Amino acid sequence: MSKEKFITLKSTAVPLPIENIDTDQIIPARFLKATTREGFGENLFRDWRYDSEGKPKPDFVLNDPRYKGKILVAGKNFGCGSSREHAAWALADFGFRVVVSSFFADIFKNNALNNAVLPVTVSDEFLNKALRTIEADPSTEITVDLENQTITLADGSSETFDINPYKKTCLMNGYDDIDYLLSLRDEIRNYELTHS
Amino acid sequence: MSQKPRTLFEKIWDLHVVKQREGYPDVLYIDRHFIHEVTSPQAFAGLRKRGIKVFNPSRTTATADHNVPTLNQHLPIREELSRHQVETLKKNCEEFGITMYGLGHPYQGIVHIIGPELGLTLPGMTIVCGDSHTSTHGAFGAIAFGIGTSEVEQVLATQCILQHRPKTMRIEINGKLGKGVVSKDIILYIISKISAGGATGYFVEYAGEAIRNLSMEARMTICNMSIEMGARGGLIAPDDTTFEYIKGRKYAPQGEAFEKAVEQWRQLATDEGATYDKVLQFDASDIAPMITYGTNPGMGIKVTDRIPTVEELKDINEQTSFRKSLEYMGLEPGTPLLGKPVDYVFIGSCTNARIEDLRMVASIVKGKKKAGNVEVWIVPGSKQVEAQARAEGLDKIFEEAGFQLRQPGCSACLAMNEDKIPAGKYCISTSNRNFEGRQGPKSRTFLASPLMAAAAAITGRVTDVRELV
Ligand code: SF4
Repeated sequence: MSKEKFITLKSTAVPLPIENIDTDQIIPARFLKATTREGFGENLFRDWRYDSEGKPKPDFVLNDPRYKGKILVAGKNFGCGSSREHAAWALADFGFRVVVSSFFADIFKNNALNNAVLPVTVSDEFLNKALRTIEADPSTEITVDLENQTITLADGSSETFDINPYKKTCLMNGYDDIDYLLSLRDEIRNYELTHS
Repeated sequence: MSQKPRTLFEKIWDLHVVKQREGYPDVLYIDRHFIHEVTSPQAFAGLRKRGIKVFNPSRTTATADHNVPTLNQHLPIREELSRHQVETLKKNCEEFGITMYGLGHPYQGIVHIIGPELGLTLPGMTIVCGDSHTSTHGAFGAIAFGIGTSEVEQVLATQCILQHRPKTMRIEINGKLGKGVVSKDIILYIISKISAGGATGYFVEYAGEAIRNLSMEARMTICNMSIEMGARGGLIAPDDTTFEYIKGRKYAPQGEAFEKAVEQWRQLATDEGATYDKVLQFDASDIAPMITYGTNPGMGIKVTDRIPTVEELKDINEQTSFRKSLEYMGLEPGTPLLGKPVDYVFIGSCTNARIEDLRMVASIVKGKKKAGNVEVWIVPGSKQVEAQARAEGLDKIFEEAGFQLRQPGCSACLAMNEDKIPAGKYCISTSNRNFEGRQGPKSRTFLASPLMAAAAAITGRVTDVRELV
């Protein structure tokens, strides 16, 4: 089923300089009871965003009107913990198309890519610089160019990032993995017949 | 015999590659797929939307575990959303022809406990489930790992998944474990050494004398927590201990077929001279009963040690999260945990809710009473574990100690059902994650072994179990 295509994105960004942000913070387990994919954005970072009475906590960045945008810039080891794809759904549903960090957990990376959210891995130095830049000027824009695999700050400093060529093709064309696997069904049947 | 020596992981992987193509991930055939109520509904919805059937329904098995209550399971689930998820799973399984062990079924239980128990988990298999602790099944010498819901849909639709071959790591634990030290301590020790992200990108093979000497259930505890150091999964080469465990289980090969299978399974070992991308070695005698103090499983210490100070942290970048974590836990850097009062003791989860875990707890609490300041929840991993515990009279031992054997489910491991640790309370838990809010909003978790949890149940505080055995 085709997804929105991703070529380049220029956007302001939201800084979240916390390390080891796990999937339980991104979307707490008690919000995993839905049977559809929609609506998870409301509970993104729920326990950091709202107090126990459901009132927004003013000191959390998503409640700070200065910070907006489709790019989340987060501390090292983002997305560790559970395999819940709900974490990627919540980010996508909230409106993020890119997460920048110096390190991502494996399953999260896959889940994000499967939902057209691009994880961009940068060096620690670049990450720190990006965070400082955004905090100094929340209106600063970051450009993520998937075709050339570069991420560039407003002052022109830039880094290249890695992405698997297959995933890159999928994102740029809006394909998903199931389309590809379904095209191989005969080969899979054949494998089943010869391997059991 | 010109083939280059391969690791166990590589052998299993190679056998399951349906298609390999330059620049593309491998197409990997999946032998066994487990599903549960939380991560599957959107995958079935996807199939429906595409108008396709399940490719091979006999290779998928379902159970209800994450949301289920652990008391009065014969009654309808009270919480509406949970009930709806469990009912949706049941309907999906009926519509798509998948076997389900739902509430009330004698085989129901936590997905990673029932797979091995029923002989659905076998050496040499590829196994996936929409749950990160699928790594548990690696204890049988299988490639087992957690996947997201889009991937659940892929497996339902094609029995395959797209995967890049991960790097391999070998972790050896040499020598013998000391008194009061069990497999949970081994894995908490490893994670404390290499950190919660230390094995990201790797598939780990555990080896060495201390691992060989473990029972199957103890091996499952280790593989279970592989994900807590970021690994895709962990596995252990099968041996007689493995075959003995599998023999006679419901879905395992029987009779002659079993003997033949064992012959094949014996080939499942890393070849002499095969190389790993990384090798780590530890000495079992350096491992003590462990406990975590922070909000990721890498933040663990020997129970007799102090919490580190900010200055002692290896990575300066970790200081902010360290401070934040201790603040959440209400603990001071540089102080000991020993003697710290706890409010709850949770014995359960796919890490430590098998019969041997319950026996460990019983060995400590037998003839004693729980402390007045603690609430103790003991939640068996499956109906079969529950039945076995009752047959052995463990339920009586627990009752005499002042707590009740509940009914199977994930329970306070992730607090999706009613079993939640209240805000600010301390819980010593045999589960696998101490993340903020994992056991309930603002709950505070100390991860430890069943022996350590049992000791705390008796004394009401963090206790070195070696003083009680
Ligand atoms: S017991 Fe905990 S870790 Fe295991 S499957 Fe259930 S929720 Fe996940």
